Amino acid sequence: MKFVDEFRDAEKARVLSARIAELCEPGRHYKFMEVCGGHTHTIYKHGLEDYLPETVSLVHGPGCPVCVIPMGRLDDAIAIAERPDVIMTTFGDMMRVPGGRGSFYDANAGGADIRMVYSPLDSLKIARANPDKHVVFMAIGFETTAPSTAMTVLRAAAEGLDNFSIFCNHVTIIPAIKAILDSPDLRLDGFLGPGHVSTVIGCRPYEFIAREHGKPLVCAGFEPLDILQSVFILLTQLREGRSEVENQYSRVVPWNGNAKALRVIGQTMQLRPYFEWRGLGFIAQSALQVRDTYAKYDAERIFSVPGVRVADPKACQCGEVLKGVLKPWECKVFGTACTPETPIGTCMVSSEGACAAYYNFGRFTRERVKEATHA
Amino acid sequence: MTTQDLGASIPTRANWAEEAVVAHAGAEHLTREEQVLERIKRARARKPRVKEPRITLAHGAGGKATHNLINAIFLEAFRNPELEQLADAAVLSLGDTRLAFTTDSYVVSPLFFPGGDIGELAVNGTVNDLAMAGARPLSLSAGFILEEGFPTEDLRRIVASMASAAQRAGVHIVTGDTKVVQRGKGDGCYINTAGVGLLERPVSLSPAAARPGDAVVVSGPIGDHGITVMLARGELDIEADVRSDTAPLHELTAALLTAAPNTRMLRDATRGGVATILNEVAVASQVAVVVDENAVPVRDEVRGASELLGIDPLYVACEGRLVAFIPAEQVDAALAALHAHELGAGAAVIGRVGDDPPGLVLLRTGFGGTRIVDMLVGDPLPRIC
Repeated sequence: MKFVDEFRDAEKARVLSARIAELCEPGRHYKFMEVCGGHTHTIYKHGLEDYLPETVSLVHGPGCPVCVIPMGRLDDAIAIAERPDVIMTTFGDMMRVPGGRGSFYDANAGGADIRMVYSPLDSLKIARANPDKHVVFMAIGFETTAPSTAMTVLRAAAEGLDNFSIFCNHVTIIPAIKAILDSPDLRLDGFLGPGHVSTVIGCRPYEFIAREHGKPLVCAGFEPLDILQSVFILLTQLREGRSEVENQYSRVVPWNGNAKALRVIGQTMQLRPYFEWRGLGFIAQSALQVRDTYAKYDAERIFSVPGVRVADPKACQCGEVLKGVLKPWECKVFGTACTPETPIGTCMVSSEGACAAYYNFGRFTRERVKEATHA
Repeated sequence: MTTQDLGASIPTRANWAEEAVVAHAGAEHLTREEQVLERIKRARARKPRVKEPRITLAHGAGGKATHNLINAIFLEAFRNPELEQLADAAVLSLGDTRLAFTTDSYVVSPLFFPGGDIGELAVNGTVNDLAMAGARPLSLSAGFILEEGFPTEDLRRIVASMASAAQRAGVHIVTGDTKVVQRGKGDGCYINTAGVGLLERPVSLSPAAARPGDAVVVSGPIGDHGITVMLARGELDIEADVRSDTAPLHELTAALLTAAPNTRMLRDATRGGVATILNEVAVASQVAVVVDENAVPVRDEVRGASELLGIDPLYVACEGRLVAFIPAEQVDAALAALHAHELGAGAAVIGRVGDDPPGLVLLRTGFGGTRIVDMLVGDPLPRIC
């Protein structure tokens, strides 16, 4: 298939794999974090680790938007959705995420009306078709999805829709990366930068990582060859003693980002003083809320939400997994109490979550799987 | 026991729990990762339970939640040797006659989609369930649940396509039922069909019959139906030239079983897709199923739409494709028989059965890596059949 197969060529992968192995210094272990959940998904879906030497390990980062939503926010969303006059919309990934009082699926079984949409703009269609209801879009995601939420607010305002609002849970990637860099229990050699986020914010915001923390970062695309090439670039930098921001995904990511997307975000949203991230705790200025001038589209100001902080289940170690301190299988409840069908932690829910990806795709030792498939 | 003894037995090291697990399992030689995998294996082997206080959509999605619901609630209450097979159709013996008996309900939305409609689906689906038992379909029943206000013209269209589907499959619809529910209590039209068929050959097909060395065959490109219905809902603004593959497969299965009489198992790859069937066989037969992604036939349009939607075609429903496990020595004959029929023209060997690791489906990816293909958990698709 055009524009896909070119980036999945096994022959090219073998060549890159050999060159990656050549770049590795004997006896040295390399740990790179892929910040974005999309990368985690690609790595497992294509079995990409088979192409990396054992001395190169990929650590899964906090860039899965579903995984970082704290339980309290889910309970808040359900409290809004349970109002008889409300229809809530959200992305499909959110439906099974367990909050303190169950998931959205459970809320629906109990009488709430929470619907999956593929685009936030679909929420406006639902609002127009149901003038006697109030439609709340539960917005999640990093800078990748924030522009489409912003456009939806602008469109609602232009149309004068007054039965629509958003429950804003947009988060920003840079504070999360900072939190990881400041975390004492993690030693990383470099980062695969989040490609989709970078289409919006560009590559400049990462420069402090290279400059102040001395870690190389490569903005990486989402096809398996993109990721292999990015690992190759990271290793080349280390070999040459450089730490820079490089753009492997230049076919999509402009160095300076997308000014128009940034403008609509700025027009409709403002930074929150602080926001809780699941597993990472409260991070200052790490999330967005609806700007005061668009307050009538802010579900948090329209409805009173409980706003109760819900502690993660004791056994759940999503925080350590999100920071890359633990491999998914090292979590106490991985695969036993916490499985994709009955997830305890968010990392087990979304297909981009490190635990779900590992459980579904990577559970067995590479040797055993290789042996079985090549026999 | 003195208090001193008690004190001595209280572990002081931080990782005492892990050490206890290791000691208990007598598994000192296993790495930590292997122990975790063992634990998962034990957890997966646990008796299915339904913990949820209410039914959710996941219970109808054909994945693990459905599996749990069927095992923990229905099988538990109805238990008998025929049902325990959990096959597409039950096989009943009446004297020397062996009958296949099956039922299925259809709630697809939208009711009409490119390549078919709910009526055609309701006939072909039940015909196929009989065919997968190795039977020749004979007679069907049809039950309708109609919503107040449903257009009579739409009902005429649906019934007409049921009649022509029945004719194509050589079956009669011999009994039926109609109920009308209040507006808002149904989604236009739901159909249930049941069917009986005659087992004329001495086959015994079972998901537990697969053996290492068997070939895994699909009868054509996968995922057409699921993607078609999803796009037909019009929520995605994606246009692609795809049509449902709904078709009666009884001629194909008859030809296949004549060519490869030792076929181990047949299933039509409906809800849950090919991946779900492969997992069922891997678990029931305690074998490893190894699939080559490059060998799996998928139309470009379906692959493209799946890429955009982040769906794996292996989990997408078909309504006119079967999966067969065939002993290696009969696979050439089986393929020749399939290729000779228009509904099997795209048949291909997609993998084979190995012995390790038992109970798992492994995929050699098109990119050249390897991964596990598990049973579906949530519901990637809206109502598709």
